[in-house]
Amino acid sequence: MTGFGNLLLEVFFLNEQLIIDAINGNRRSVARTLSGLENGHITLGQIRQIADISMLAKDNDKWHSIAITGAPGVGKSCLIDKLLANWAGTGLKVALLAIDPSSPRTGGALLGDRVRITAIDLVDVKDKIYVRSIATRKSSGSVPLIVSDMIEFLILAGWDKVIIETVGSGQAEVRCAAIADRIVVVEGPARGDGVQAEKAGLLELADAVIVNKSDLDGAERHAEELIESFHLGLGDAPPVLLTSAINGDGIAAASSTLLGIKDSGRSNRARWRERLLAQHERRILESAKLEEILVLLAAGSISIIEALDILGGNKNE
Amino acid sequence: MSQPLRIVVAKPGLDGHDRGAKVVARTLRDAGHEVIYTGLRRTAQQIVETVRDEDARFLGLSSLSGAHNHLFPRVCELLVAEGLNDVIVFAGGIIPHDDRSGLFSCKIRAIFGPGTPTAEILEFIDTSSNMADIGVGDSNDWFWESSA
Repeated sequence: MTGFGNLLLEVFFLNEQLIIDAINGNRRSVARTLSGLENGHITLGQIRQIADISMLAKDNDKWHSIAITGAPGVGKSCLIDKLLANWAGTGLKVALLAIDPSSPRTGGALLGDRVRITAIDLVDVKDKIYVRSIATRKSSGSVPLIVSDMIEFLILAGWDKVIIETVGSGQAEVRCAAIADRIVVVEGPARGDGVQAEKAGLLELADAVIVNKSDLDGAERHAEELIESFHLGLGDAPPVLLTSAINGDGIAAASSTLLGIKDSGRSNRARWRERLLAQHERRILESAKLEEILVLLAAGSISIIEALDILGGNKNE
Repeated sequence: MSQPLRIVVAKPGLDGHDRGAKVVARTLRDAGHEVIYTGLRRTAQQIVETVRDEDARFLGLSSLSGAHNHLFPRVCELLVAEGLNDVIVFAGGIIPHDDRSGLFSCKIRAIFGPGTPTAEILEFIDTSSNMADIGVGDSNDWFWESSA
């Protein structure tokens, strides 16, 4: 066997040992496997060969992953901190993937969500909580699928629930949310008049809405407006909950409601649309022919439609 | 640059001054790295757990409180105990020159005082990321000769 072959074999066994250690509960191996997925050194296929994939089974009553999203400053991180402590306190192992944007200019990122997560310092539950900050990196289109791989790996490694925290703005973030089994939208008190609640967007995808900062004026009114707005629409209305992450009001109720929320079936098609587009984009970005086709496109020797046909396997060069 | 480096910037102990840590975090971000900032008043244990869970390659410690001789070696010790031998540790803040050799012997690989040009910190990151045996658990005695 060639030296290169030996090297490949060695890398394969290193990865295999890493994945086995991660599944056996070694936290550093969990962190390294997530990096491997993020950097493309490890594939989900490798993990599936080693892990017990029956753990992935789910039904309408049980979810593995939940996206918590909302505008900047509504209190997502503080709320998630309380949920982590609460859920881990009931014995569940909970992982948080906190997603922040990379600078489109430099590719760098400042990941500050950990600052607000204090649950990882609670001696009683910290072994049941894992927090990982993720930057969207340059090819933000492919991020949602990497996150989806990370969720599956964490579940296979024995984490009961995975929370995805994203800022609810921009297509990549909406797509990250759509990948989760359940979507929770966090709102603050009265943002504008009642018409705001009628606007289309993330709220249409929500399985539950939380109005945080209930200690402030306008929170209750905003919750009422949301409920009213949902009842004007078709189908079941998602629960609207009031919480105050800062003083703990409503947290216990929200924690247990969210654990039990069912797939609302609302906007199922919109969700599958996001998942389909994400998968499609990833297939293009990961195609072995991509570089070659970009060269041909830049040289003007093929059209974009022809390029898509080649990438989609409908046509050979 | 192929993959961004993951770098934890941490403030150990009772010390409320984080302007320096934020300037460094910002500089590293603008150079294309992924920086995880821990916030103020972390214990050595909390910092080590953050480095482990975030799979960081570098750890930057900042202290202006005078407790560096107590806190920094403790962090290095716990990193090794946790098996994070390959993590590269650097430090900054108010660290008198007389204290530095002791910290270098704990395998802290660079100490940057006030007035260090941010470009020098990036140069250190670039240089050290290409060296194989300067993790906190490596016996190599190499350290960066800083200008301030």
